[in-house]
Parts: sequence; C-alpha cells; structure tokens
Amino acid sequence: MAPLLELRGITKQFPGVLANDQIDLTLEPGEIHALLGENGAGKTTLMNILYGLYTPDAGKLLIRGKEAQMTSPDQAIHLGIGMVHQHFMLIPQFTVTENVMLGDETLQRGVFLDRATVAARISEISEQNNLQVNPDAYVKDLSVGAQQRVEILKILYRQSDILILDEPTAVLTPQEAEDLFKVIRALVARQVSVIFISHKLKEVMEIADRITVLRNGRVVGTTRPAETDMAALARMMVGREVILTVDKKPARPGAVVLELEDLMVLDDRKHLTVNGVSFQVHAGEILGVAGVQGNGQTELVEALTGLRAIAGGRTRILGHETTRATPRQILEAGVAHIPEDRQRDGLVLNYPIADNLILNTYYLPPFASGISMHENTIFATAEELVKAFDIRTPSVRTAVSSLSGGNQQKVIVARELSRHIKLLIASQPTRGLDVGSIEYIHQQLVAKRDQGAAVLLVSSELDEIMSLSDRIAVMYRGKMMDIRPSDQVTREELGLLMAGVQPT
Amino acid sequence: MAAVAQIGVRSETFSRARLLGAFYTVVGLAILFFFSRNTHVGELATLGLNTVQSVKAIQLPDIIVPVLPVTAILGALVTLLGVWQMVRGFRTTGWLLGVASSAFLVSFLVWAARGTSFSLIGILSASLQLATPILLGALSGVLCERSAVINIAIEGMMLGAAMTSVLVANLTGSLWLGFFAALAVGALLAAWHAVMSIQFKMDQIVSGTVINIFATGLTSFLNQRVMQVYQNLNNQVTFPLLSQVSPELGRIPILGPLFFDQSPIVWMALILLVVIQVALFNTRWGLRTRAVGEHPRAADTLGINVIRTRYINVILGGMVAGLGGAYFTLGSVGRFDKLMTNGRGFIALAAMIFGNWTPVGSFASSLIFGFADALQVKLQILSGQVNIPSDFLLMLPYIVTMIALAGVVGRVVPPAADGQPYEKQ
Repeated sequence: MAPLLELRGITKQFPGVLANDQIDLTLEPGEIHALLGENGAGKTTLMNILYGLYTPDAGKLLIRGKEAQMTSPDQAIHLGIGMVHQHFMLIPQFTVTENVMLGDETLQRGVFLDRATVAARISEISEQNNLQVNPDAYVKDLSVGAQQRVEILKILYRQSDILILDEPTAVLTPQEAEDLFKVIRALVARQVSVIFISHKLKEVMEIADRITVLRNGRVVGTTRPAETDMAALARMMVGREVILTVDKKPARPGAVVLELEDLMVLDDRKHLTVNGVSFQVHAGEILGVAGVQGNGQTELVEALTGLRAIAGGRTRILGHETTRATPRQILEAGVAHIPEDRQRDGLVLNYPIADNLILNTYYLPPFASGISMHENTIFATAEELVKAFDIRTPSVRTAVSSLSGGNQQKVIVARELSRHIKLLIASQPTRGLDVGSIEYIHQQLVAKRDQGAAVLLVSSELDEIMSLSDRIAVMYRGKMMDIRPSDQVTREELGLLMAGVQPT
Repeated sequence: MAAVAQIGVRSETFSRARLLGAFYTVVGLAILFFFSRNTHVGELATLGLNTVQSVKAIQLPDIIVPVLPVTAILGALVTLLGVWQMVRGFRTTGWLLGVASSAFLVSFLVWAARGTSFSLIGILSASLQLATPILLGALSGVLCERSAVINIAIEGMMLGAAMTSVLVANLTGSLWLGFFAALAVGALLAAWHAVMSIQFKMDQIVSGTVINIFATGLTSFLNQRVMQVYQNLNNQVTFPLLSQVSPELGRIPILGPLFFDQSPIVWMALILLVVIQVALFNTRWGLRTRAVGEHPRAADTLGINVIRTRYINVILGGMVAGLGGAYFTLGSVGRFDKLMTNGRGFIALAAMIFGNWTPVGSFASSLIFGFADALQVKLQILSGQVNIPSDFLLMLPYIVTMIALAGVVGRVVPPAADGQPYEKQ
C-alpha cells in the first residue's frame, strides 16, 4: 500500500540558508512519525511546505500516492492536512466556536453564522476525543493547554487525517504534555497519522513509532525508538558526542553574595505573590529554585533585579542594601540577569546583535565617551563575543529577531557573562532551546560558579535544577517550602514540596 | 500578610468609587448653582415639539415648564446620587453617567430657554443631520480598520466625493449619476490607499495623508478654476427630503420632523449602520474580516486570503466615505464649497475610536458630536439667554465625552493587527 504521505527530494533555499536539502520522508496511516532536530535544522520549514505556506524550490509531494501541488493552506486543508503551529494560530478575541469555524463556516439561511450547530459539533468531537473545552469560552481566557486543544479541535473539525504538531510540548506543563500524549495515542488508534516535531529526545522516544532526524536541512537518518537510545539520537541531531549530564566538581562556597530577608512582592494585580522569602546565596555555589510556574518565581526574580518594587523585607548584595536600588545600580553592583522571557525582557529584537551585546554597558567606556558611541569598538567586541560564545549568525549587524531561539539566548548569555560579575540570576535559561544550546548554557553556568560567582537558578525543569544546583529551594505559593543540599534530597521529595506537601 | 494585600486592593476600588461619587456630586451642585442664575421664581421655559420647517405636520402643544423647580429637582437628584455613590456606592455605575449627563443637559436646555421657547425636536433633528456624515465616516473607518488597515484618508475621500457628486450631477443632469460618482470616487481613492498600503506596504498613515493632501489640493484647485468660472457646474442639486416625496410621513408628529424631514442619505446611513453591525458580527464576511484584523497569520493558515479581504474592505470603506461626501452636497446644501468637509473625516475617526471600533458605538459617539454641533447653532440663537461665552459651552459635550471615556466607559481596544501590513512568509 502506498504511504499516506510521501515527500521526495524537497529542497528550499532561503537567502543565505539552504533550509531543506533533498528531504525524503514518508508517513504511514496511523503512524506517529517524529521529526527530530535542533532549532534551525529545517523542521518547521519542511512542515510549512507541506502545509502550503511555502513553495518548495524542488521536490515532489505525494498524498495517497497522488502528486499534489501545494500552494496555499487552503489546498492542504482540502487534502486532509492539519497543522498545530508552535505559536498558536488562534484569535484571542474570538470564542472557541468562532475560532474553529473560521474559514469553514456553517451558515444558516445562507447568510448568518450558525454558531449553535458548530458549538454542538465541537462538543461532540471534544467528547469523542477527550478534548475538554467550552465552545463558548473566549480563547484569551483559556490556559495554554486548553488553547492547544482548540487547535487540535480545529483540525478534527475539518476531518483531517494528517496532523502536524510543531513543538507541541514547548509551552505545556509536564502534566499537560502527558494529557496531550494520551490524546495523540487515541487519535492514532482512529487511523489519524501524526507528524510530531520536537527537539526533546525523551518525549520523542516515548511517543514516536518512527523517528527521522534532521540536521542542517538534511535527513541524517530514520530509526525506531526500539532500535536506538537517547545518546545515539542526540549524536545524530547535533553531529557530535553530546554530554547529557552536567559534569561538575563539588562546590566551594565562599562569602554571602545575595541575602534576602522576609522579602515580599506584589504581582500586577496587587496580590502578594512572594510572601516572606529569606535565603542566602554564596559565592561559588548554584542555588536552584524549583517550583511549578506561577508560584512567585517570576516576581521574585523581577524584585531582585530591580524591575519590580519590593513591598516588604529587604535585599542585600555583597552587604550593600539593594531593597530600593534601580536596575542599573544592581547591574553595576556586579549582577547579571538572564530573563525568563528572552524576547520581551532580554533583547531588543529589531536591533543588531552588536547593539544587543552592549545593552547594559553602552554608556561606559570603551563603548562610549560622553555622548558619542564608538562604533568600531562596539563591532570589534561583538565579533569577539560572537566567536567566543559560538553565536551562529551571518554578521554582527544582523537583527537579533532573525536568529534562532538558541542563538538569541546565546546573545543574552554573552552579554551578561562577558562582564566581571559577582552574582548571576538566571531564570528559565534553557526554555525552548535545543540540546546543543542547553548543554552549552549549562556549562557556562557551572563555569561562572567555578570562577567564584554566586548563581541563582530559577527553573521549572526539575531535571535542570537537579543536575546543576548545589542547593535546592522549592517555591510554593510565594513561600520557600525548604532549602536543602542537592545531594540530600530525592526527586520524589522535590515533587512533593512543589505540590506544597512537606515530606516527613 | 494576605490580608494586607486584600485591603490594598479594596481601598483602590474604593477610591475610584469615591472619585466617581465626588464627580457626580460636583455635577449636581453645578446644576443647582449655574442653572439658577439670572432667572427668577415663576419664569417659564417653552420646549417645542414642532419645528419651523414642519408646519405641515400635525402640531403638538409645547411643553411649558417652570425653570427653577426643574433645575432644582434635577440638580438635587444628581447631588444625592453622587453623595450616595460616595458614601455607600452603587453596584453598577454605568447608568449614573446617563442620569447625570441627561439631567445636566435637560437643566441646561430649560435654563437656556427661560422666558422664551426652544424647539426640542428641532435640535434633535439637527443633531441627526449633523451626525450623519460623522457616522458614515466612522463606518468607513470601521470597515477598513476591522481588517487592520488604518484609513485616515476619510476626510479626503469625502471631500473628493462631495465635489465630484455636484460636478457629475450638473454635467449629466442626473442626481443619481452624481450620487454614484461620489461612491466611485470614494472607491477609487480607497483603491489607491489599498495599493499603497496593502500591496506596497507603505506606512498607512503616510498613505492616508498623501490622499488627504491630494484631495484637498485638487478640489480647491478645481473649485477655483472650474466651478467658480463655470457657475452652472455648481448649481444647487439636492435629493428631496422624504417628507417632500411622501407628505404623509412628514405629518406624523415628532417622528415626522425628526426622521422624515431628512435626506434619504440619512436613512441610507442608518440602514448601513444596522447592516454593517449585523454583518460584522454574524456573517462569514464579518468573521473573516475581524480575523484578518486581529491575527492575519492565523486567518492565512485557515486558507483565508488576507490581502484580498483587506482590499475588499478598504474599497467598501471608501464607498461609504464617498456616501458621506455626497451627503455634504446632495444630502444637504447642494453646492460644493472649498474644504466643506471641515475636518468631519477626522472627527469620524475619533467617533470610531470612542465607539470601540463597532458600528453601534460609532453611532452613539457620532450623535454626541452631532448634538454638540447642533447645540452651537442653537446657542447662537439663544445668545440673549446664555451669557456664558458660547466657546466655553461648545467645549462641554467634548469634555463630557472625554470624562465618560476616561472614567466610565473604560478602555477601548483596537483590532490587534491594526496598521500592520501583512507579510506573507
């Protein structure tokens, strides 16, 4: 039997990049085919070609054995292909029903939208597939997990049998990801085929029937989970040996660098979100703050970096009071900050790399004297940093917005760590990054620790906290549940603390 | 500790409620203070329910009210409501604004008409007339901006259409040809705007400004060099009022002068208002238009042609603006004057924004602006009674509008992608 979908020799050239180079891929009915690759390997480009958003420069596309010329999403939808994009394609101001019917509207009396019929159909589909969602809810009020269910509903509503999921777990909590996997398995049981795009080895091993690995726009190989292991996949993906565990020496803690005393912080809605937190971070150690997202970590970091007013308690850095310090004063005290949302808080996306690299030092020599900036120094320094931190870019004059996520994060890391710093505050430093970049950033954090800096690492990835931290604090509803040396706590105990339970 | 935060939150809503209460108290006291001046106990005001034009209508007796008791009662009422709001607080406060502003208005009108008479229906009828071009401009804006194309060229489109309609009507001798020429000019200028801002992704403000400057210059030039030279090209041409076409309609009391001593273009505007409101929120076209305005990429992934949707909407919007232009001439004075739109296209944009990018909201704010305009005319007639400089009184409706928008109506939200050209990946 012919495969449901076959790509033959797909090639796509972008200015300066060969995004897809002679890619072959097949998808059998009822199969979960994972497309694994680092950011920038060409996965999303390939899927956008399949979905009719891009036209390939060369190559053939066969659906159910018939050649298809895909020039618009319209045709893809017509041929039974549905795609859940990494950044959801939902209209926040619309209801679930309106989002689902958009582009394929059911009308009554030939003119008016028939919301009731569509809502009923949505309820039906969501029950069949265990995708709970209220058809009348506005999308802007839904959680990220629920929004993803709406995206899947959109596809099922159109009766597509080829489902493309682009990095579906990137925005989900582990619990939501588990739910998603259940939904995918149920769909496959009903002969829907799934292309699962990811760079996370663990989940690909868990969900896929077959795995195709892409690197630099080429297919490196296709394999099955039973025939491979994570280390081998990582090697295929990155092109070299990857150390999946962090190699670090025991910490040699020194003097206290950061000190919090009964810190209290309000969130945007004026709710007390950090509620009496006290701890110390010493030079030469990594203190990891674990916790489920939304337990006050964001506000804690913003307060420590001067971006949010402190409502009560005090902070000291190297013995100096910094409770009311401005971000610049804190920065000049030797604090580096890797923010949680790199695009919003870490970078000026439209600026070139060189300018982003001096966002915190632009007013200081050697980059400036008085009111004049020294372009040559700025660009020369940028060239050095791009080399030293392995930022993959055509030029330092390239806008940061055109870099991949991993390289954007490296720009921030280069800027923050290239100074002489006493304290590094890193919030979700590897979120959404590929294996290679994660490995690199982890090494950098440990290297800073070994140079004697204090590191405060905030992450919702428990694996990251456990492999990097010397001491682990768990934050729950604005309070620190406990702070323990990392060799005296188990994963299970941390899990309980994260849920607000004190293990006995 | 949680209690501390709670109190913080409550005190903030408290202070907002207090502030509103204080504001209404001040409004109430202002009614009591200002509208008891220069009058005496027993002085009467006559509010007419007929208009000078509608002599053929069935005449209704005028409402004759004593000035002081009316302003005193209304002023006291608003003051009491304000104090109550300040001390205890009402659960909902939206209606308070309605009560306070109408009390203020009624008191003002009664006071202004003291010792003389004042046609209530006349001012309402004039408000509707003056609101019509603003409404049409605002509807044009809604059509464009809901698909995320900012159109500040409404002024220019109206101006161009106004002149063309008179020229064509005089040249051909057909009112309707003039009418359709106005729509065509609106559509043409809009198509130009669309090509510049959608196709060539030019800054939409710049593109709109170009059209405004072009229309201003060209109409002024043609007006001076053609219409004033060949005067028979600028003969008066107007649509007959509905009451002239069918006199029975004009005879209905109140409704007759209000709705039927009007140009058919007023009715077209009202019908368009309903059609666009319903279509925008309840048809396929409306759903797709709003999707394109909020998140064009999402619409694109569902097979909706973003570019084509925007073209259609901008050109439709241009035609509606053209209709607004025709109202200035064919629906009103019948002749073209230099720069006769006089900034209404921009006021229409303000009305659209105040109306939160909805047709109904735009209509409400158009009426406020129209009323402000009508009031100005009436106050000049009543200048003996109103010894406050009319310039200050003229500001009043605008000030009320601003306060209403800032404090009561809440934040308006433009379409998310408004003004951003769409780049296909």
